[in-house]
Amino acid sequence: MLMFILKRLGLALLVALTVSAISFSLLFLAGDPAVAIAGENASQQDIAAINERFGFDRPLPIQYLDWLRNAVQGDLGMSWYFDLPVTELIADRLSVTMRLGLSAITFALVLAIPMGVAAAARPNSLIDRAALLISVVGQAIPSFWFGLILVVIFSINLGLVPASGNETWRHFILPTVVLGYYATPAIMRLTRAGMIEVLSADYIRTARAKGLGTRKIMFKHALRNAIIPVVSLAAVQMGFMLGGSIVVESIFALHGAGYLAWESISRNDLPTMQALILIFSTFYIFFTFLADVLNAWLDPRLRVS
Amino acid sequence: MNFKTLLASTAIAATATTGALAGKADDTLKMAFQRELESVDIYYNSAREGILLARALWDSLLYRDPVSGEYKGNLATEWTWVDDVTLELKLREGVTFHNGEPFNADDVVYTVNYVTNPDSNVKVVKNVSWMDHAEKVDDYTVRIILKAPFPPAEEFLAGPVVIYPNEYYEEVGPAGMALKPIGTGPYKMAELEPGKHYLLELNDNYFGGPKGKGSIGKIDIETIPDINTQVAELFNGELDYLWNVPADQTEKLDGLGKYNVENAQAMRIGYIAMDAAGSVDPEGPMTNKLVRQAIYHAIDRQAIVDALVKGSSIVVNSACAPIQFGCEQDLTSYDYDPEKAKALLAEAGYPDGFEIDFYAYRNRPYAEAMMGFLNEVGITTNFNYLKYAALREKRTKDEVAISFQTWGSYSLADASAITGEFFTGGVLDDAMDAEVIDWIKEADSTGDKEKRKGLYSKALKKIADEAYWVPLWTYNVNYVMSPDVAYTPTNDEIVRFFDISWN
Repeated sequence: MLMFILKRLGLALLVALTVSAISFSLLFLAGDPAVAIAGENASQQDIAAINERFGFDRPLPIQYLDWLRNAVQGDLGMSWYFDLPVTELIADRLSVTMRLGLSAITFALVLAIPMGVAAAARPNSLIDRAALLISVVGQAIPSFWFGLILVVIFSINLGLVPASGNETWRHFILPTVVLGYYATPAIMRLTRAGMIEVLSADYIRTARAKGLGTRKIMFKHALRNAIIPVVSLAAVQMGFMLGGSIVVESIFALHGAGYLAWESISRNDLPTMQALILIFSTFYIFFTFLADVLNAWLDPRLRVS
Repeated sequence: MNFKTLLASTAIAATATTGALAGKADDTLKMAFQRELESVDIYYNSAREGILLARALWDSLLYRDPVSGEYKGNLATEWTWVDDVTLELKLREGVTFHNGEPFNADDVVYTVNYVTNPDSNVKVVKNVSWMDHAEKVDDYTVRIILKAPFPPAEEFLAGPVVIYPNEYYEEVGPAGMALKPIGTGPYKMAELEPGKHYLLELNDNYFGGPKGKGSIGKIDIETIPDINTQVAELFNGELDYLWNVPADQTEKLDGLGKYNVENAQAMRIGYIAMDAAGSVDPEGPMTNKLVRQAIYHAIDRQAIVDALVKGSSIVVNSACAPIQFGCEQDLTSYDYDPEKAKALLAEAGYPDGFEIDFYAYRNRPYAEAMMGFLNEVGITTNFNYLKYAALREKRTKDEVAISFQTWGSYSLADASAITGEFFTGGVLDDAMDAEVIDWIKEADSTGDKEKRKGLYSKALKKIADEAYWVPLWTYNVNYVMSPDVAYTPTNDEIVRFFDISWN
């Protein structure tokens, strides 16, 4: 088991390294970083000065190795845009994104799993159709539009929650709903499909035959088996939410890491980009790993192999 | 009272309280920035937002009255040219910085010598590179020595060159200034979270001067990237002041009749740059004057202004902003005339038109409209919409034959801020016209105002005759304010916080 974990960690490290190397070279292809740093109003003179200052004229592999050496020592460099240490800049933004990501995935799971179970209990019933409708709508609505509609209703008309900012937990309500709702359909559909499959299994019939209550069969016997792929999916969705909440963070002015990543691209703030890519990919790897462990705990058969 | 009514009344009460919290009642003007400002230190940012904060926090030696265009003394009270390259300034006495440090000649000398030192790596080199150094004559007299005669010196001394406290800046440097800015200005920074939040407070000890003392107690600025969210917060009463609102949104807000909506021109103009010199393709169609004139005739600029740009924007025919000094208006212009465009193309040897890559980096709908007009006269365009940095890189590598560009001239009301950048033989000069280069270079280094005017006039007339550019229109800025706010925007895209008041 230890060997297995070590192997996986080694693999994860290689993945992170590859991602950072590829992204480093890709970022330089996206345009002259000196022009991006200098801004739209810069003269040629300004750009030349920046090129010299940051050493963009050096060969790319050398610039990458330089970065890597420092990154290994925990120094992610200075943001070219803010002129602040990247670690300092990211720490603050990351906590916002983590809070949003965790609450959104919780919201999605709490909404999607009961809905999936209910739909599977009576396939093609009204409940199933309603669940399908909710999920299709969730998939189809663009989040920038959904976010604004929620703002109009709950912030402007009802005045219940603030529309922008990240000062209190109330500021996170609308973003959580928007981001979480987007992840709901996939989780719901997968729960439903898994449940329908499991419910037709022999051991469920046996459980029914021995007179167990429906609720016990559903949640204790069926769901535990049906949910295994959902756990993997939720892990992937979580990774997506951390990196992909750009639109939501932008609408609600949350100042999170996703928005920072997006803005850093247009500013060609390579140190910040690099650090965020490293962190996001690490998260992704971590959550996938976590999903494996969870699955092993849920399904003893996976533990043996 | 049942639960529903309780809920409803709570909601109403909540709205009422949030509404009352912002704005006039607590003397706090709430506004938003659309993008994250990199650093408050004006010498280390190149953003519009930075200019706004700088005008509030610091003072320049001179001040340009935005209405009359006249230069007035600010931190300096008198200034005289000793010779072409030496400016002597008498400084205002009794001024103190926000931290109590007294203002005197040492601050001016320190600031000028710091920013002109190449090792300081200031971001917008052009703002300061015309100065060589400064010398102290006595405690309240300084001399600024120029590298060469530089006619728009006063414009720069009234704008981007602000004075820092020497002792404080020496101690904290740009990083410290970015987090705790100290100036002499009408407002001081009370709270600051980099890129996110700024709270300005009225400086009670402000000396007044031409800027006046300012009247609003606090200016609270949040960064809200999405304009729709900004509008929502305006509805909520959480914002009192929006700027750079898109034309369609502005029309709707204006239609509500509840808000104070203003529009003003900006110094930014749009233009089509064409490879007249043939650096991209020596045989390319853009090298032919008739083709460039055809493009000029093909595009209905007024229609685009009316339908898309809107506001107070006007069509321009000169390669500069009309408000800039030296921006000649009496020159060749080309009416919208697609038939004439076709005839010119035929005369140039392209009776069936031609195909070309058309580049743009902003205002995609404007670019698409222009391409529509070009297609109508037979010019087939392949659209390339790039990030600014990528497009600029391509241009410097001579890979762009025709593109839609804009230039804001750093809000400097002098033609040199645009012609000096694009028609003096640099990498972004598409014309490479030796005569034009000479005239503009001479104008940029001549003290005599009338002579300068004449030289710019000659250069701009030739640019129009040769159709090196297709100048398009001025940009404009929409301001939407709560009815409590009184402010008349100026034509330079600068929001002067000290000129805003409550109704």
